Amino acid sequence: MAEISIRNLRKEFGAFTAVQGSTFTIADGEFFMLLGPSGCGKTTTLRMIAGLELPTSGEIWIDGEEVGRKPASQRDIAFVFQMFALYPHMNVRRNISYPLVSQGMPRARVREKVDEVARILGLEHLLDRPVGGLSGGDRQRVALGRAIVRNPKCFLMDEPLGALDAEFRERMAEELRALHDRMGATTVYVTHDQLEAMQMGDKIVVMNHGVVEQFGTPQDIYDKPATLFVAEFIGSPPMNFLRFHGHVERGATSVALHRQRFGIPASREPFEGDLVYGVRPEHVRLTDGGEYRGGIVATEYLGTTQIVTLETANGELKARIPADRIARVGESVGLDFNGHTVTLFDAQSGRAIRSELNEGVLSHG
Amino acid sequence: MSAHSITEPSNGQKWLAGVLVAAYAIITILPLLWIIATGFKSSPDAIAYPPKVLFQPTLEGYVNLFTTQTRQSAEFLAENPPTTWYEEIVHDKGMVIAGPSRFGERFMNSVIIGFGATFLSVVLGTLAAYAFSRYRVPLKDDLLFFILSTRMMPPIAVAIPIFLMFRNIGLSDTHAGMILLYTAVNLSLAVWLLKGFIDEIPREYEEAALIDGYTRFQAFVKVVLPQATTGIAATAIFCLIFSWNEYAFAVLLTSGTAQTAPPFIPTIIGVGGQDWPAVAAGATIFLVPVMVFTILLRKHLLRGITFGAVRK
Repeated sequence: MAEISIRNLRKEFGAFTAVQGSTFTIADGEFFMLLGPSGCGKTTTLRMIAGLELPTSGEIWIDGEEVGRKPASQRDIAFVFQMFALYPHMNVRRNISYPLVSQGMPRARVREKVDEVARILGLEHLLDRPVGGLSGGDRQRVALGRAIVRNPKCFLMDEPLGALDAEFRERMAEELRALHDRMGATTVYVTHDQLEAMQMGDKIVVMNHGVVEQFGTPQDIYDKPATLFVAEFIGSPPMNFLRFHGHVERGATSVALHRQRFGIPASREPFEGDLVYGVRPEHVRLTDGGEYRGGIVATEYLGTTQIVTLETANGELKARIPADRIARVGESVGLDFNGHTVTLFDAQSGRAIRSELNEGVLSHG
Repeated sequence: MSAHSITEPSNGQKWLAGVLVAAYAIITILPLLWIIATGFKSSPDAIAYPPKVLFQPTLEGYVNLFTTQTRQSAEFLAENPPTTWYEEIVHDKGMVIAGPSRFGERFMNSVIIGFGATFLSVVLGTLAAYAFSRYRVPLKDDLLFFILSTRMMPPIAVAIPIFLMFRNIGLSDTHAGMILLYTAVNLSLAVWLLKGFIDEIPREYEEAALIDGYTRFQAFVKVVLPQATTGIAATAIFCLIFSWNEYAFAVLLTSGTAQTAPPFIPTIIGVGGQDWPAVAAGATIFLVPVMVFTILLRKHLLRGITFGAVRK
């Protein structure tokens, strides 16, 4: 059980900078998600926490101790690899007991602990089997067993569900979360799947090009994105971006978009220039009247809702509306937005303009 | 060929393949059988024309191989009747055994030098291959090319410089010298072969071991080596075959104490005419260790071939 703290962590591979000065703290017992597209530096960050890569600069604190230069074997952490990395020349029991053997634990005690872990994970009947013949889900459980058997300070997981079939994923995701709740150990989990991150995580860090874009709870990250990247990466379909040129005053509650004023959460800073009006598809309303109009170019039926794609004066827009609203391609409809949920972005830098909505969560600089 | 033959060969095709494989096997094994048979022939039978397929087997060749003999007068032979089966064989030709030949000694030299060089090549090769595979070695590609380039000319091209070097530093005609030389020649092959095998082993296995509390070296020994047995077995066989059969350097650099079997076997010809059965007997015995070694490691080789194809 431990708090993990990352301070100005930086990693360069030759001329390429994989992680540029990340700083964040993972609270004790948290299920923490490192989220981002491939190549964003999330796996490198995880590997540095594990001790499989040495940081170029910066500090890693685990449980009140700076471990940045310590070998992996001395950090008392467990790592679950994407491809599981079960030792292929050993059976299930030996795989799970391997971390205990390295500590010189007496045999009887090792047996006892492995049996206990096997019971938790439902692996009792597989203990004497070679790992080669196991299904993906069982391999995953063995990998987890090897991780939890020695009660490490924290668990590090590198896309552990990435190698599983879709049907298994759902189930393992639930099992993982349940296991975490039961053990209460700090878990750092790397994924590129925003749904997985939202579904399982207590906290999420979104990374892109080696930079931390946002750090916060799934709700904050979804409702109050700090950058255009986060707004686009999270949510399916992603947030709509209506681009316009204009200005906002401090305290303004609306902006002019194509001669029409639309609501925004009260602004906390003045800004003038190229702006982006960011609105989630479920906060777009189709009206019959209205000055601001869009032409329907496509519809996508999803059962309880439908996604309607519209062409507007400020670019393409997707709306999530009830499935029973009849929407035909070619139809022209009026548009309105739930102003209090909107985020304004500086189109140049991509950062969110501070407002009543996102004031508490933005951590620029 | 018809289209369906891609998935399942027809009976005719299977039959043809069987015949071709059998024919190839016969062609390769025939010289071997001929050598083995010649070892058990008498001298006249060995050079008879047309060659004899059916003959009276005798151990004369093997006795000649392992002993030195002298011709004696009829009186001496009559006074000293043979006491053992092998004395009897030479007695019939008017000879007595003067003592053991040097074949046993030469054979042991081959064993020591061949297996010694193989062992060293595999140990050094595995360590070097692991380093090249896993670490960021400066000038890695250049070093690997340099290592390979030692194989781009026939080793014998450097025979004279090596001969002079060995003479100067006192390595001529020593076991250590020959082991070093064969290791040097084998090492490039060993490094390249093993690097290929180790590259195939996912790094995650070692990383898992590091996380599980093992040092880098422990991870190498306990996780990488068991995964690399196939490659190590294959490399060991190649190294042994080279050091075992090597002739040119052995002729040039060894004469007395460290002479191996290959340069020795032809010298049997000189003793009392061309003793083909003894030469054949020497060649037969010489074949045995490599065959045994290959058969022992065959299990690993076969597993290596089927490893990727069969999901275990």
